[in-house]
Amino acid sequence: MIRVQRQDFDPGAEIALLCKDNHRIGGVTSFIGLVRDLGGDAAIRGMTLEHYPGMTERKLAEIEAEAHRRWALDASLIIHRYGRLAPGDRIVLVATASTHRAAAFDACRFLIDWLKTEAPFWKLEETASGEKWVDASAADTEAARRWE
Amino acid sequence: MKILYFAWLRAKIGFAEERIEPPVGVDTVGALLDWLRNRGPNFADALKDLTIVRVAVNQDYVSNAYRLNPGDEIALFPPVTGG
Repeated sequence: MIRVQRQDFDPGAEIALLCKDNHRIGGVTSFIGLVRDLGGDAAIRGMTLEHYPGMTERKLAEIEAEAHRRWALDASLIIHRYGRLAPGDRIVLVATASTHRAAAFDACRFLIDWLKTEAPFWKLEETASGEKWVDASAADTEAARRWE
Repeated sequence: MKILYFAWLRAKIGFAEERIEPPVGVDTVGALLDWLRNRGPNFADALKDLTIVRVAVNQDYVSNAYRLNPGDEIALFPPVTGG
């Protein structure tokens, strides 16, 4: 399941809902991305997440479908926020549920790694010296390449 | 065709969206980028380093060789930074 939204989410409630009435599920892995207060060596006051409505949902759905092809998942969920966020705010939730933990762990890592290099989101950080678009990270590209 | 700009590409170009009618012969993504960057200093600046420009057509990533069609929705944006 995919959701792209401005508002916050409750990870506990979302995971409970994901597993509700499916008693084959033996384990759930989740990843929650948060807004840091440091970008490089500059303090971050907040950030605005821009995205490409339509393509965002399409890419997230493709990435999720790929995870289901690769691993025996019973359920999965990706929630990604956009709009203005403050340090400490939740940005993204990825949750994967499976009969056994290995598939859940691996699929969760795959989803966040791929999402970071494929889903059309961009971060604009606010610092004391002004606004700055975040550069794509070589480490993120490398992390995604691991799954090719 | 419709063309969308996101993030710092939008900021440098000065607007988010426009309708364009490229001249005959501009029929691939690569040719379109060359044509766009000659449309003014804002485009020249935004498109000066094409290694950091991603192109999607109809919401899928494409390469410079992709052949354009009249009704296409084209989007230009920097490498993504979500998650």
